[in-house]
Amino acid sequence: MNRSIRTRQRLVGVSLLGLLFYFSPILTLFDKTTEWAGFPISYLYLFGVWLALILLAAWMVEGRKP
Amino acid sequence: MTTTLIVILSLGYLGMLFAIAYWADRRADQNRSVISNATIYALSLAVYCTAWTFYGSVGRAAATGVGFLPIYLGPTLIAALWGTLLLKMVRVSKSQRITSIADFIASRYGKSHLLGGIVTIIAVLGIVPYIALQLKAISRSFTILLTYPEVTMPNATDSLPLLQDTTLYVALLLALFTILFGTRHLDASERHEGMVAAIAFESIVKLVAFIAVGLFVTFQLHDGFTDLFDKAETAGILNPLIVDGMDGYENWFSLTLLSALAVMMLPRQFQVAVVENSSEHHLRRAIWLFPLYLFLINIFVIPIALAGQLTFAGADVDADTFVLTLPMAYHQSTLTLLAFLGGLSAATGMVIVETIALSTMVCNDLVMPVLLRRWKQIPPNADLSQLLLRIRRGAILLILLLGFLYFRLAGEAYALVSIGLISFSAVAQFAPAMIIGLYWRGGTRDGALAGLLSGFSIWIYTLLLPSFAKSGWLPVGLLEDGPFGIELLKPQALFGLTGLNEITHCLFWSMTLNIGTYILFSFWRTPRVNEATQATLFVDALKHQRFLGVGLWRGTAEIDELLHLAERFLGARRAQAVFQAYATRRKIQGIKQLPADAETVHFAETLLAGAIGSASARVMVSSVTAEESLGMDEVLNILDEASQIRAYSHELEKKSQELEAATRELKEANERLQELDRVKDDFMSSVTHELRTPLASIRAFSEILNDDPEIELNERRRFLGIIVSETKRLSRLVNQVLDLAKIESGRADWNAEDVDLLEVVEQALASTEQLFAERGTQVIRETPNSACMVTGDRDRLMQVLVNLLSNANKFVSEKSGIVCVGLHTYHDRYEISVADNGTGIAADELPNIFEKFRQAGTASNKPIGTGLGLPISKRIIEHLGGRLWAESDAENGAIFTFAIPKKQNDALPPGETHAEKDSDRG
Repeated sequence: MNRSIRTRQRLVGVSLLGLLFYFSPILTLFDKTTEWAGFPISYLYLFGVWLALILLAAWMVEGRKP
Repeated sequence: MTTTLIVILSLGYLGMLFAIAYWADRRADQNRSVISNATIYALSLAVYCTAWTFYGSVGRAAATGVGFLPIYLGPTLIAALWGTLLLKMVRVSKSQRITSIADFIASRYGKSHLLGGIVTIIAVLGIVPYIALQLKAISRSFTILLTYPEVTMPNATDSLPLLQDTTLYVALLLALFTILFGTRHLDASERHEGMVAAIAFESIVKLVAFIAVGLFVTFQLHDGFTDLFDKAETAGILNPLIVDGMDGYENWFSLTLLSALAVMMLPRQFQVAVVENSSEHHLRRAIWLFPLYLFLINIFVIPIALAGQLTFAGADVDADTFVLTLPMAYHQSTLTLLAFLGGLSAATGMVIVETIALSTMVCNDLVMPVLLRRWKQIPPNADLSQLLLRIRRGAILLILLLGFLYFRLAGEAYALVSIGLISFSAVAQFAPAMIIGLYWRGGTRDGALAGLLSGFSIWIYTLLLPSFAKSGWLPVGLLEDGPFGIELLKPQALFGLTGLNEITHCLFWSMTLNIGTYILFSFWRTPRVNEATQATLFVDALKHQRFLGVGLWRGTAEIDELLHLAERFLGARRAQAVFQAYATRRKIQGIKQLPADAETVHFAETLLAGAIGSASARVMVSSVTAEESLGMDEVLNILDEASQIRAYSHELEKKSQELEAATRELKEANERLQELDRVKDDFMSSVTHELRTPLASIRAFSEILNDDPEIELNERRRFLGIIVSETKRLSRLVNQVLDLAKIESGRADWNAEDVDLLEVVEQALASTEQLFAERGTQVIRETPNSACMVTGDRDRLMQVLVNLLSNANKFVSEKSGIVCVGLHTYHDRYEISVADNGTGIAADELPNIFEKFRQAGTASNKPIGTGLGLPISKRIIEHLGGRLWAESDAENGAIFTFAIPKKQNDALPPGETHAEKDSDRG
């Protein structure tokens, strides 16, 4: 029970992290037309953070099985 | 491609879906569910991705760059909160058999018919544009496909006569299919395993189709992502700026928020996520798998949008159709058909689940309440389960026709995404009543009603009416000049608010008003009994493991009546089977033997709630039972029981801790007792041992004297001398043992008299003078000149001091021994110390020397004495209110000191002294 409550709280952390990356001035740092390895940096940032959040959540939920 | 081919392909696909559903239903009946699986659950949630995602995302990406992303970021961010939020919704719904979002909100606010009805109306009106969108997608993709491989955009369909409109036939076909799918029989729990299996399958189809098109476009038509981006850059169509695509960050944020709310509030999402959920454990995987699905289906959105713009530069091709038209333009017939099937699966999946969910709501929360009101006068005996099914089928048909109507009226004026967002904004109005209601007990039915109505009115005014106006169905002047020319009331710039897009504009005003009135009206009055009851059940859902509804009913009921009621709504066979299962669960033989107690009534009510909604179930059950109404206090008491139980368990824990502490103390006491017992045994054996030694010598010498009369006189005298001294030693020992026993038991005689310590020292030294002289010990005396008065027993004090002096004499070496006696005055006590320069006491012996028979020194150099002197002295001094202790180090000998408090009345005025003394005597 304690473990699942801790997981839930960590997941809330993931959500907050997402809010930070997508809705804070951090976003504007990457909202540029600059390219990086042939990709527009804003695309890389948006999709990269997205995948990172999903993997983080997956690791929290699945990677901690007893 | 011919119409026949496409129609056959489509029907074949639908037939396959039906086969999957049929198979899954069969498996469910055999208790071998295929959908009871976390991955299937997550896939079924992907019904979120409709034709709007499949076709519309590309259209939006072509227009705005990354502007389509918030629709999927919102669900990703809120999915991380499902561990609490969705879990709570699922648990509440399971325990109360809630079957729709209308039922959920109605239940939360005291099983209110009115609220359930309003939620249903909002949901139907709000979702209709969304269904229109799916119809539009299917019919358009169908029409475009007909001209393969020529890419031509169909003309606006509203110019077509009604009966030639493909969309109408699509709507009718889907209605038929959904009816076959979702309303074949009435399930008490409203779960559709077959439908879920089919939806999960559709999710795979649309993902595969979209990714296939994406791979073709990116790696077949172009040289991967970077090549595509380069070409787009050159063509000047690459717009990677977020702020540009979104017209500002406000819209970026508001669309994310909107989609986060919608993914929980859309009736079809509630259906698959909550109602169809077969195990709470499945939520865990959905938390990441569902966002991962969204991620995958969005990877190729931008490449397809860019490639479409590159390919169809200058041509009149709608970006919403790129997924289909790109494979067509390059003559990829198989891929084209796959893309068409993907779009079809996205659209049908949405339509099936959405209309089933809405039909349940229309039936349970709109039609049933009206029917029940009429049946109060005419109780029919017919089997109502068929009627329920017919109502639902009618609702499905009606909803699809409404969708078609909206499509005819307004559908052409908007891109796919915009229509979807209009629906999102409508269902987002449920969020305050749902989510705040799950965490705040204070929310009332009035608050929820006010919030929903005000928010929904804003939605109609700022989104729905403009959509009609734009399609020419209402005068455009409404948008440009405001109603009656009042600028402040312009629907898309309400109160002069401009600079936001229409969705953000609507979301801001509707949510502000919705939440504001919800809270304001909730504060207006305290919750009523039924509201408070339900509020607690919802808010504390994660705390109560067993549902508490059972305890909240009191009255009398007949089991026959309840069974009969259930039979009418579920059909006789099904109702009896469920009741029988319930009886077996309660370990009761048959249905007739079931007691009609609160638990059974609760069971019947939740059973009915599954079929006709909680509010109607409440009304029906109370119509066949005689209920006693519970007062607010009683309800709160019952609900408090749960928290009381928690408090009890907390108290129990405390008690057990206390018990543990007591046990520990007892154990310690027991150990001390055993130690004392051992000490007593030691004492007894020491005493007998000490007694035996002189006795043995007395006896030995007496026997010699007795046996041998010939002994010389001198010998005889020596023997008799030994006998006399041993007898003295014996009697001294016996006296001391008795003395100690007397002191310890408190039976000793004590004289309380004024004693001058100076005198005591004097006398003690006098009586030990001979002892010191024998060993040649030098005695030093340090005493003050004035009298040192204490209250005590002179003889006892003498005994102590003599004992200490003679002990000191024993431990000093002959001829060179020095014993120093000191008497010191302190403000409250006198201290008499006896110091010697003898062998001293080893540090580890120091604590033990006041114990009985513990003499300092090893066995070999054991000094002469009984071993009782010090214990007796210590007890005497303690009895006189003082303290006796020893200090020692091996080189400088030992110091024994005892402190005696000063005579008390010295400090007191004479008058009081006498009074006190008198009272003491009295």
